[in-house]
Amino acid sequence: MNEFSVVGKPVLKVDSLSLACGSAFFTADFGVKDPLYIAFFYSPHAHAEIKAIDDSSALAMKGVVDVFHSGNTSSGLFTTAGQGYPEPSPYDTRLFNKTVRYAGDIVGAVLAESEKTARAAARAVAVEYTLLPPLFDPEKAMEGDAPRIHDGDEYAPLPVAYRPEQNIAGEVLFSFGNVEKGFAEADFIEEETYNTHCTSHCAMEPHAAAAAFDEHGRLVIYSTTQVPFHARRIVSMTTGIPLHRIRVVKPRIGGGFGSKQEVILEPYVALAAWKHKRNVRAELTRREVFTTVRTRHAMRVRIRSGFKKDGTITALQMDDLMNTGAYGAHALTVLSNAASKVLPMFNKIPNMAFTGHAVYTTLPVGGAYRGYGATQGYFAFNQHVDAICRKIGADFVEYVKKWHIREGETSEVFRAIGEGTEGVSQIVRSCKLNECLDRGAEEIRWKELRGKQIRSGSVVKGVGAAVSMQGSGIAMVDMGSASMKMNDDGSFNLFAGATDIGTGSDTILSQIAAETLGVPVEMIVILSSDTDLTPFDTGAYASSTTYISGQAVLRCAEKVGDQILSAASSMKGIPVGDLSLGKGGKVINSADGSEIPFSEIACYSMYSRNQFQIQAQASFFGEESPPPFMAHFAEVEVDMETGRVRVVKFVSAGDCGQPINPALALGQIEGATLNGISYALTEQYLFDAKGKMTNNSFWDYKIYGSLDIPEIKAILADSSEPSGPYGAKSISEIGINGPAPAIANAIFDAVGIRLRELPMTPEKVLAAIKAGR
Amino acid sequence: MNGSFFVNGKKEEWSFAPDAVLLDVLRNNGYTEVHRGCGEGECGACAVILEGRLVNSCQVFAASAAGQKITTVAGIGSIHSPHPIQQAFVEAGAIQCGFCTPAMILAVFCLLQKTPNPADEEIRKALDGNMCRCTGYVKIFEAVRLAARRMSSNE
Repeated sequence: MNEFSVVGKPVLKVDSLSLACGSAFFTADFGVKDPLYIAFFYSPHAHAEIKAIDDSSALAMKGVVDVFHSGNTSSGLFTTAGQGYPEPSPYDTRLFNKTVRYAGDIVGAVLAESEKTARAAARAVAVEYTLLPPLFDPEKAMEGDAPRIHDGDEYAPLPVAYRPEQNIAGEVLFSFGNVEKGFAEADFIEEETYNTHCTSHCAMEPHAAAAAFDEHGRLVIYSTTQVPFHARRIVSMTTGIPLHRIRVVKPRIGGGFGSKQEVILEPYVALAAWKHKRNVRAELTRREVFTTVRTRHAMRVRIRSGFKKDGTITALQMDDLMNTGAYGAHALTVLSNAASKVLPMFNKIPNMAFTGHAVYTTLPVGGAYRGYGATQGYFAFNQHVDAICRKIGADFVEYVKKWHIREGETSEVFRAIGEGTEGVSQIVRSCKLNECLDRGAEEIRWKELRGKQIRSGSVVKGVGAAVSMQGSGIAMVDMGSASMKMNDDGSFNLFAGATDIGTGSDTILSQIAAETLGVPVEMIVILSSDTDLTPFDTGAYASSTTYISGQAVLRCAEKVGDQILSAASSMKGIPVGDLSLGKGGKVINSADGSEIPFSEIACYSMYSRNQFQIQAQASFFGEESPPPFMAHFAEVEVDMETGRVRVVKFVSAGDCGQPINPALALGQIEGATLNGISYALTEQYLFDAKGKMTNNSFWDYKIYGSLDIPEIKAILADSSEPSGPYGAKSISEIGINGPAPAIANAIFDAVGIRLRELPMTPEKVLAAIKAGR
Repeated sequence: MNGSFFVNGKKEEWSFAPDAVLLDVLRNNGYTEVHRGCGEGECGACAVILEGRLVNSCQVFAASAAGQKITTVAGIGSIHSPHPIQQAFVEAGAIQCGFCTPAMILAVFCLLQKTPNPADEEIRKALDGNMCRCTGYVKIFEAVRLAARRMSSNE
C-alpha cells in the first residue's frame, strides 16, 4: 500500500554505534575545565520549618567555596515541572525553601573544589528545625484539621483550580449526560476502589548537570534533560541570569521516562557558576535520585458504573484522589490524563462524571512518568471492565471490541478535559484496536487458556487482558520545529529542537527527512537539542516527538525540496513543473527522463549565479492528539501456597499508525512492557514511620532484570494515521499502561481473587487468597 | 598514591587517593565509557574486564587493580573498527539510551569467550548483573545470539 524507501524500514539507530563503542558522551562525561562540585544537604524530616542553619564548620573545611541555603539565597516561586509557559503546575517551591516538606527535600548546597569535599561539607552543615505535623495519608489531606503543607504565597500561573488552603494542588471536574438517570436505568451497579503506588523511573543514568563558561563568558549548561528549552527558561527565571547568556546542550541521555522533564539540577549549577565565575558540576547518586527526584504519582481510583444485562453501560462515575507529595509538579495534568486518556475508550457511555483531586502530602514529589496518569487510570478501568464482563458472562475481548471508540468517532471526554483545562474535540481517524485484540489474543492463546485454571501442584495458570490508549503530543500546546540546509555533496544538515533521550528520535526524524527528499538516511546529518543551534521544541514528553517534531521535519524537508526543484529549474532552464524529486538524491526531468544529481544543484546554488543557500525551517503544532491504541495480554502462574505471581508470557499489540522505524517502535513497546510488569509486581517505595524512604537502592528496590523477564511479544498493527507524518502517531508511553491490569485480570482468571492494590506482591496475593476462601 | 595500569593495551601511570575506586580513577582519566549508574555494585553499568574477569569497577579499589590489565568497551572495538558484539548490538536494535550498553557488551564478551554458543538460560545468567531499563532485554538477547552465531562461524 505505502511505498516508502526509508520510512517503515528498520534503519539502524543513528547513534547506536557510538553508544556501543563508548565514544558517545553523556552529561557526566564532558571534560569541564577545573570545575567546582555541588553536593546537597537534605531534610531528614517530613515536615519542618528551618529555624537556623549553621554552615560555619562546612565553610571552614579546606576546599569549600560556598554554602547556599534559604538563609543567604532567595529565589522566586517556580515549578520544577518542565512544561510549556505558563506551566499548568503551581508555583509552589523555591530553590531553597524555608519550610521543608518531605524527607529528602533540598535544604541547601555546598560548593567545593572536589566532589568528596562537597559531600563531606554537606554533612557538616548543622540545621535546626522546628517540626511541623506531617501528612502521609492523602485521604485525610482535604479534611479541615489536616496539616497545611503550603500556606504562603504559592499560586497557579494559569487560571486553574488551586486551593493550597485545602491541600488541593489540582482539581479536575467534568460531567456530561445525567449520571443519576443513567444509574437508575441500569440492571447492575458495579463499584470498586483501586490504589496505585509511587515508583521510581530508574533511568540508568542518574541526573547530572554541568555549567561551564564559554570564551565569551556565556554559560553553557550540559544537562540530563528531556526539555532543554524549558530548562533554559526556568534557569533564567530562577537565577536571574539573562536568557541570552544561557545555552543548554543536551548530550546523549541515559533514559528519562519523565524523570528528566523535571528541571532540578540546572538552576543550582547555574547559580553557583554565575556567582563564582567558575565552572560547576553536580551529579546525583542513585540514592538521591530515589529520595529527592520524582516518582510516579500514587492514585486512588474509585470507579462506579451502571450497566444493563446486555452489557450496555448507562452511567460511569470516576473519582480519583492523587497524591502529589510535597510539591505540585505535574499534579493537575497527570490527574487530567487519568481521565482524558482513559475514559474516551468507551465513548458510547451517555452519562459520565469525573471528579479528581491532586493533594499535597509530606511525601516525595510526584512527576511525569511514562503513561502519565493513564497508567493509574487503566489499572482500575480494565479490572472494572473485566468485572462487568464476568457479571454478564461476556468475553473481555469481545466486549471491548463492541464498545471501544472507533475510526470516525469522537468522545465527549476529548472536549471536556485537556491538560487541566478544557480539552480539544477530535475525531479518531485511525484505530486498529480490533486487530490488536485479535492478534494479541491469538498469540497468548486466549481461547485455549481463558477460564481453564490449569493446575500444576500449587500453581494455577490464568490469562488476562487490558486495553489502553494514549495521545500524540498535547493538542494546541506542543510545538516542534526544525531547520535544514543543503551541502555541496547533496547531503543535508538537519537541526531539530526535538530531544532524543534514548528513544531514537534522532533516527526517526532523519528517516522522515530522508524519505521526503528521496535520499538515503546517511545523507541526513542530524544535530538536535542545543538551544543555541537548533530551533525551539517543547521537548521529549507527552508522546509528542514522532508526531509533532516529525511533522515539523517533514514540512521543513518539503520546503527544501521545493527550493531544490526551483534551483534545478533555473540551472537547466527547464520549467519547474517538469521537475520532480527522484530517489537517490536526484531531480528528474519528466520531459526527457534525464536526471540532475543533488550535488550539482547544491553547487550551482552556492557557487555559480544568484548564489543562495538551499535551506528552510518549519514549525508544527498539533491541533489534535491522535491516540495510539494497544491490547495487552498476560499469561500468569499464581502459586496458591506462596502467593507468588510469575508472568509466563506477555503480549503487547499496538497501533501506532505507520511505524517510522518498526524496530525502534517494537523496542519502545518491549521496554515499556517490562517496566510495567516490574511496576505491577515488585517496585515500591517503603517508608518508615517518619516518612523517610527506607529502600533507596537497587538492592532493596527491585526492578526486573534478565533472569526475571517473561517471554515478551510485541506486535504492530497495520495502521496509518491521516494527520501524522507518513501516517505515524506515538508509541513510547502506551506500553506501560497494560501490564498491571492485564496481570491483575489474569490473577483473577487463575484464582478468582481481585487485586486492587499495587504492587501485587506475594504477601498481598497470599493474603487475598486466604481471605477469599 | 601512584600506580600503573594497563588499560586497553596501553600503559597508564596515575596518582589517586588510597580509597579511590577504579570507576572514579578510570573516569577521571578519560575513560568515560565506564558509566556510573548506582555506585553500589548493583546495576553493572560500570563493569570492566579486570585480568579476564568482569567486575563492577565501583566495587574495586584502584589500588588493588594497580599493575593489572583492564579492558573497557573501547578496548574491544572502536567506531572505526567495531567488535562483532558491538556490531550485533547495533543491528539487533539492542541499544536505546545506551547507558548500560558498554558494560553489557563486556558481559557478553566474557560470556562468549567461555561459552561460544550459549543457551538462552546461560545468556540470562550472564547478564543478570547488568541492568537495562529501556529495552526489556528482548533485543539484547537477540544481539547476543546474533553475535554468537557470527563469531563462531567467523561470518
